[in-house]
Amino acid sequence: MANEIIGGDVVLAADGTPLKASLNKAMRKNRIRALLLVTPLFLFIVFSFLIPIVEMTFRSVDNWQVGTLMPKTTTALAGWDGKALPDEPVFAALIQDLQAGAKAREIGKVGTRLNYEKSGLRGMITRSGKKSLKVKEGPYKEKILKMHKKWKDLETWTVIKRNTAPYTMGYYLNAVDMKYDKSGEIVMRDENRRIYGKLFLRTFAISMAITLICVMLAYPIAYLLATLPLRYSNLLMIFVLLPFWTSLLVRTTAWIVMLQSQGVLNDLFVFFGLVSDDNRLQLIYNLTGTIVAMTHILLPFMVLPLYSVMKTISPSYMCAALSLGANPMVAFIRVYMPQTLSGIVAGSILVFILSIGYYITPALVGGTDGTLISNQIAYHMQKSLNWGLAGALGALLLSSVLALYLIYNKIVGVDNMRFG
Amino acid sequence: MALPPYAGPLETTWYYGFRFLCACIFIFLITPILVIIPLSFNVEPYFTFTEGMLAFDPDSYSLRWYRDFVNNTQWRHSVENSFIIAISSTILATFLGTMAALGLSKSHMPYRSLMMGLLISPMIVPLIISAAGMYFFYSNIGLDQTYLGIILAHTALGTPFVVITVTATLVGFDHSLTRASANLGASPTVTFFKVIMPLILPGVISGALFAFVTSFDEVVVVLFLAGFEQRTIPRQMWSGIREQISPTILAVATILVMFSVVLLAALELLRRRNNRLRGIV
Repeated sequence: MANEIIGGDVVLAADGTPLKASLNKAMRKNRIRALLLVTPLFLFIVFSFLIPIVEMTFRSVDNWQVGTLMPKTTTALAGWDGKALPDEPVFAALIQDLQAGAKAREIGKVGTRLNYEKSGLRGMITRSGKKSLKVKEGPYKEKILKMHKKWKDLETWTVIKRNTAPYTMGYYLNAVDMKYDKSGEIVMRDENRRIYGKLFLRTFAISMAITLICVMLAYPIAYLLATLPLRYSNLLMIFVLLPFWTSLLVRTTAWIVMLQSQGVLNDLFVFFGLVSDDNRLQLIYNLTGTIVAMTHILLPFMVLPLYSVMKTISPSYMCAALSLGANPMVAFIRVYMPQTLSGIVAGSILVFILSIGYYITPALVGGTDGTLISNQIAYHMQKSLNWGLAGALGALLLSSVLALYLIYNKIVGVDNMRFG
Repeated sequence: MALPPYAGPLETTWYYGFRFLCACIFIFLITPILVIIPLSFNVEPYFTFTEGMLAFDPDSYSLRWYRDFVNNTQWRHSVENSFIIAISSTILATFLGTMAALGLSKSHMPYRSLMMGLLISPMIVPLIISAAGMYFFYSNIGLDQTYLGIILAHTALGTPFVVITVTATLVGFDHSLTRASANLGASPTVTFFKVIMPLILPGVISGALFAFVTSFDEVVVVLFLAGFEQRTIPRQMWSGIREQISPTILAVATILVMFSVVLLAALELLRRRNNRLRGIV
């Protein structure tokens, strides 16, 4: 815009249009160009990543089974007051749904769904489905009540009625150890049936422990690396970077080799007479194994941010504190450590985020008491096929990770994230 | 941080104590990785040091497990798969990620931080959740148990690293260079390839390396999406650890450690080149 022409009150660009309009046009063009560059990746991430995740979390509230597979019963139950067993019209609708479902071999899905809410209902539904095919005429109520004793239970009907709704809170209640009681009120589960809430707490506790151990181990070596002359620290940095770049499964395998009862560590203990040969320590396939292996795997994520913060701290602050008469300990705690706080926070959140979502290592070395919430999600995805519950547990895990990430982003800024 | 000559006994103790502590932590970091190397040459099918190995008896060492690895068709197939999947997803991720980073670093980019957050989300979401979501979605559209499905999934997981490293390179980028180039009559394409690309290349390459490693090392998504045909090296190691423990895994692990040493060296060279280009030295 070097050759602006002054024409009256309006500043004009070279082609005679007002300068402001011309500038706006150029800015718009630039903005569109920037957007066009980002669009392909944006669309790709939305379609290959975000939509799948939204779809999975949707499964945690999706409750299609009863409404879709038992449409007549759903309609018939709409006016039921829940005070006594329903009347004949509901049973007539039910028999049609059961017959249709049994013929299409779909009725089992209703049974499975209802069984999540109250155990025993799967058997009731599948058995009644089979028997329903023989029923030709009414009165249906009497015949259905004879098919299975649970049909006489008012709670069965409460459960069915509740699940005619297209969306459910049931999976989330299960994920935080709650349930509907007989009258449909939300209550805590029995003490010995609380699994997931405890598991969440344990996951948080283990992650917290790993984060703390990482801080304690990373701080000294980051300090050493930051204060040594560059030619030594570059060499020592390999000790941090090599594990960082080594395959996760290799490191997990390595810890199995180290920790198993016939492993390197136990052999050493026996050799030095610390434990007897027939009394080897159980160091793996339990909580110890998970914590040791995960600390090792996540330690570089703590060392690197700490190191990059410590690298920027000028040694003259410490010198000043010392020359002003502080003893080295006081100087370190009151002058040096506060300056490294941002590094500690950044590293801690990073390690914590990574560890609460960890799956592979706990699955391989965790045994039963060293597994985390991810392992339970994988179990419901692959083995029990309770996808709604997997979705609910996943959504809860995801929201805690996202909350932590927002804090991380506020403190560190993702633009400042550095690797290696 | 050398010990000053006037240091008293307390300071000396503290100095050496601190170094000893650091040495212990470094040993903790490196020992597990080093221990598997000699064990992979074990002649016996054990995960432990035999007496012969400790006595350095040459008969206790062998290349048995390496031969096993090379001759086993399943392992060979998994190596091929790993490279096919990692290379394809790296190319895709580098291409998409570099373009997006160029767009994101323009000052005119609207909703910049929101966009950035969305684009790097695959790095933040726990893998098990990504894998579970992709499992449902990809099987609905018939992409489960296909190479394409896994390549697309790994591309999504790798792009955040490319976006972040390339954006970081572009932070120090002098935009007057592109204006100078345009002023001298170069078209935007020529400017890109002759001016921008050479300058951001180290960032692009290290982003690509990250994307490669992410895919090469990834097992959770593979566990959910891959069929028997698409088994990769980590997937094969996973079942090796779970089902049929054999020192072949240690041989593979040793090879992978060597592979990461090479990667580490490559990254270090890149970093030095990048610093030299920016005149930091």
